[in-house]
Amino acid sequence: MSQSTTTRWRTVDIVVAAVIAVGFGVIFWAWGLLWRAVDPTFAFFPASQAVMYGVWLVPAVLGGLIIRKPGAALFCEAVAATVSALLGSEWGAITIVQGLIQGLGAEAAFAAFRYRSFRLPTALLAGALTGLGAALFDFFAWNAAYELGTYRIPYALLTVLSATVVAGAGGYALTRALAGTGVLDRFPAGRERNLV
Amino acid sequence: MIGLEPVARPDAPLARRNPVAKLAAALLFAVPLLATLDPVAPAIAITIELAVLPLFGVRYRVLFRRVWPLLAAAVGVLVTLVLFAADRSGRVLLDAGPVVVTSTVLLTALGLVLRLFAVALPGVIVFATTDPTDLADALVQNARAPARFAIGALAAFRLLPLLGQEWQMIVMARRARAVEAGRNPVAKLRLFVSTAFTLLVGAIRRGTRLAVAMDARGFDAGVPRTVARRQHFGAADWLLVVAATVVASAALGVSVALGTFRPLVG
Amino acid sequence: MGEVRLRGFGWRHAGRRAWAVRGVDLRVRHGERVLLLGPSGAGKSTLLAALAGLLPEDSGEREGSIEIDGRPPAQTRERVGIVFQDPQSQLVMARSGDDVAFGLENQGVPAGEIWPRVDEALHRVGFPYHRHRPTAALSGGEQQRLALAGVLALRPDLLLLDEPTANLDPAGADLVRAAISRAVDDDTTLILVEHRVADALPLVDRVVVLDAGGGVRVDGPPDAVFTDHGDALAADGVWVPGRQVPARRAGNPPGEVLLTADRLGQPPRLAATDLAVRAGAALAVLGPNGAGKSTLALLLGGLLKPGTGRLVADAGLAGADARTPPHRWRAPALARRIGSVFQNPEHQFVTGTVFDELALGPRRTGASEAAVRRRVDELLQRLRLDRLAGANPYTLSGGEARRLSVATALATAPRLLVCDEPTFGQDRRTWRELVDLFAELRDAGHALVAVTHDAEFVAALADRTLTLARPPDTGVAPPVAPTAPSVTAPSPEPPPPATPAGYR
Ligand SMILES: Nc1ncnc2c1ncn2[C@@H]1O[C@H](COP(=O)(O)OP(=O)(O)OP(=O)(O)O)[C@@H](O)[C@H]1O
Ligand SMILES: Nc1ncnc2c1ncn2[C@@H]1O[C@H](COP(=O)(O)OP(=O)(O)OP(=O)(O)O)[C@@H](O)[C@H]1O
Ligand SMILES: [Mg+2]
Ligand SMILES: [Mg+2]
Repeated sequence: MSQSTTTRWRTVDIVVAAVIAVGFGVIFWAWGLLWRAVDPTFAFFPASQAVMYGVWLVPAVLGGLIIRKPGAALFCEAVAATVSALLGSEWGAITIVQGLIQGLGAEAAFAAFRYRSFRLPTALLAGALTGLGAALFDFFAWNAAYELGTYRIPYALLTVLSATVVAGAGGYALTRALAGTGVLDRFPAGRERNLV
Repeated sequence: MIGLEPVARPDAPLARRNPVAKLAAALLFAVPLLATLDPVAPAIAITIELAVLPLFGVRYRVLFRRVWPLLAAAVGVLVTLVLFAADRSGRVLLDAGPVVVTSTVLLTALGLVLRLFAVALPGVIVFATTDPTDLADALVQNARAPARFAIGALAAFRLLPLLGQEWQMIVMARRARAVEAGRNPVAKLRLFVSTAFTLLVGAIRRGTRLAVAMDARGFDAGVPRTVARRQHFGAADWLLVVAATVVASAALGVSVALGTFRPLVG
Repeated sequence: MGEVRLRGFGWRHAGRRAWAVRGVDLRVRHGERVLLLGPSGAGKSTLLAALAGLLPEDSGEREGSIEIDGRPPAQTRERVGIVFQDPQSQLVMARSGDDVAFGLENQGVPAGEIWPRVDEALHRVGFPYHRHRPTAALSGGEQQRLALAGVLALRPDLLLLDEPTANLDPAGADLVRAAISRAVDDDTTLILVEHRVADALPLVDRVVVLDAGGGVRVDGPPDAVFTDHGDALAADGVWVPGRQVPARRAGNPPGEVLLTADRLGQPPRLAATDLAVRAGAALAVLGPNGAGKSTLALLLGGLLKPGTGRLVADAGLAGADARTPPHRWRAPALARRIGSVFQNPEHQFVTGTVFDELALGPRRTGASEAAVRRRVDELLQRLRLDRLAGANPYTLSGGEARRLSVATALATAPRLLVCDEPTFGQDRRTWRELVDLFAELRDAGHALVAVTHDAEFVAALADRTLTLARPPDTGVAPPVAPTAPSVTAPSPEPPPPATPAGYR
């Protein structure tokens, strides 16, 4: 896996990373509506809604796995957040701050492997860390007034769990599926398909 | 629906400010407000936000259309607090099993709900009055963002309305080819997921071609780029940024002076 | 400047066994204007991409050498301009003027010179709107002109154009050709790919024909080439000027009415339209870009809910469903009765290989596996896609993709076939094969509705034509006011160029 020795981003890296972010910006928008709509379902134990959290974090992991360059995870998540703000997300500019913090989590995971490993364990770690970033932000910024044991901690744990499963494992599976269609042929992630 | 048209009058005095200044002002205004749980500071902030709205050329009706989903979030906050408030001191208003409503709980709920709006509104206003192209230009020229990344993201952003049309096309193409879910909800979900996947594949394919087209026009040729659209960052822009900071601090200051301030941590 | 030299050049795309183009020896001198011909799939687009330096090393295998002014194309990109087959994927910015300025910014042109050059380029191609016009609001032909302007503004030494008038209505195509001939001066080398030779000849002084098997087949001045090699080239699939294609008129009078449109419309895309589709007959739908032809095709195909009016299917088409409008039919029933071919072939592909794509319809409508194989093999053979059975549909050449999308609809042999531009990008041979397939279907009592700009196709096949007019104002707003404050527009606004007569 030594194809991506250079860390310089090609145009195709930039544009495709941004396209992934824009695509997910749209999905965020739809997901936000869904999140609202199913609010009452979780009324019995509101913290459990965090199981849906992972979807917000997919672009961070997906971008890192596909582009394989330093900054990819951060760029994708931050652009996705900005796009959803531009589309009129009701949360305004705070989404950008949140996106940056979440992106940093995944970025840290890829950096820990020095941008050399893009296997499932890396993806899971990236999912977990991006979830950790999200959980920390929410723990302090949004959930401070709630009870620690019955809300804040379960919410944070579920966020990390959801991020690991949905963003980590999901992002990994999505990358494989995309590679199978041939659209990633100009990326190392797509060329691995030809080898198997 | 997803709307990309600007919703504001472009000649309004604050809408015309540099996009980076507007964005910085929104963040500098909103982020300090996150630090408190009391109702006073956000109430002041909201009053100010609504007061400057005409200067941004945004009509109240437009703003309301964008933020009404926050009302649902406010209900969520209330329910969650009634069940899981950390602080249940104060006069007990209602006591029914796990549901204990006290005056403090209500006060906290008021604070959280107001804060939700106070923090969200500046960003909503700024993005409603900002053209994406101008934002990318200003990020490059005034915030020293790397041009290749800002322009690349902008080019991808242009694909957004096309993605909506693409979605319709994919749905129609499948129907023409006898691919259909019928009434089965599981089959519906699967078709939805597969349509979304096809959309993503198409978007990436488009992105790859777009990148080639950009290279063909010398995007990554290593020549220093010039800028066709100048973005100025002048005194008025600085003023906006400073004013946002001062006003946010003042709102917090009033709350401290009145003794209502409740820090987030501690 | 702008001198091209190929020595034994070849390129093989990653994942393909066959070479897309091979053994090409060619020298194009400064200021020459070359028409590059060859059967569909001969590698014309690939060759242009190579000249523009847009074939990354990691996307295939190269053979021989390719040089522009003695240097590899990757180093001469700023002096080469290319317009691709599909204009939509080459517009970068949200506003038309910004898109033209994009290339100038990349080249580091001083800010003060950019807007005058943008306006000049827009003027040269006859762009009918102000430069603030959103690129998303342009019709296909307008996009094509904008893409051309974006390249001309860069004043390239070598201009590469890949079917620049495909998908344009005749008036629009004339305008783009006029723009090209005005734009190309003696200092610009031009290489143009275009199947319809007669239209392109006034623009060129040399013709180069690629051979499907590799290498250059014929090369020389147009007159000499077509006088000396006309027959051989025509047999090979080149549209040799002046050579008629045989008509395939219906032997029998039209049969029963299958589908009736009664004031059918979709405001603001399509004004109310009346028509009747008959068995054993071919109806051609004509009209300028943006008249609503594709919208009508989707409505007739039962894919779009009519906005106004009614669409009534008769028992001959719908059987028991004759009372329900087609857009409410279940998908398998619809696919058995009405087949649709979309304007953009790629919108239509749902599987990963050419073979599966063709087999999908027959399988879904319950044909036996042996029958599926037979039908698919026959279509692959006749449409010259047999070598590509295992290829991913999205990697096909423009003409191949078009044939595949038509073939997917032919595979189920529906009673009614609705095709949007079924013949664009075809060489003479594949074109004739398509026309024959349609004619066979029609003579077997099926009905055909074809949206087309192709006059030859209409002459060869259509029993009746329906010409849509462009609705007076279909969202074609007057030049929009700037969405941005005027600080962003450094130069005074020029009046928008006048709309050329005969268009819009
Ligand atoms: N990205 C790609 N990956 C794999 N094969 C490709 C790719 N692009 C083109 N090909 C194949 O290379 C061959 C030449 O394609 P090319 O697009 O150059 O043909 P063309 O002469 O332009 O044809 P047309 O007139 O139909 O546009 C075709 O067989 C095509 O299937
Ligand atoms: N999904 C859509 N939503 C809104 N407007 C549309 C949509 N699709 C097309 N239009 C607009 O409707 C009008 C008719 O479009 P249509 O594609 O039917 O034209 P056409 O006759 O097929 O043109 P062409 O010859 O360029 O293919 C155009 O002005 C177009 O911009
Ligand atoms: Mg081609
Ligand atoms: Mg059309």
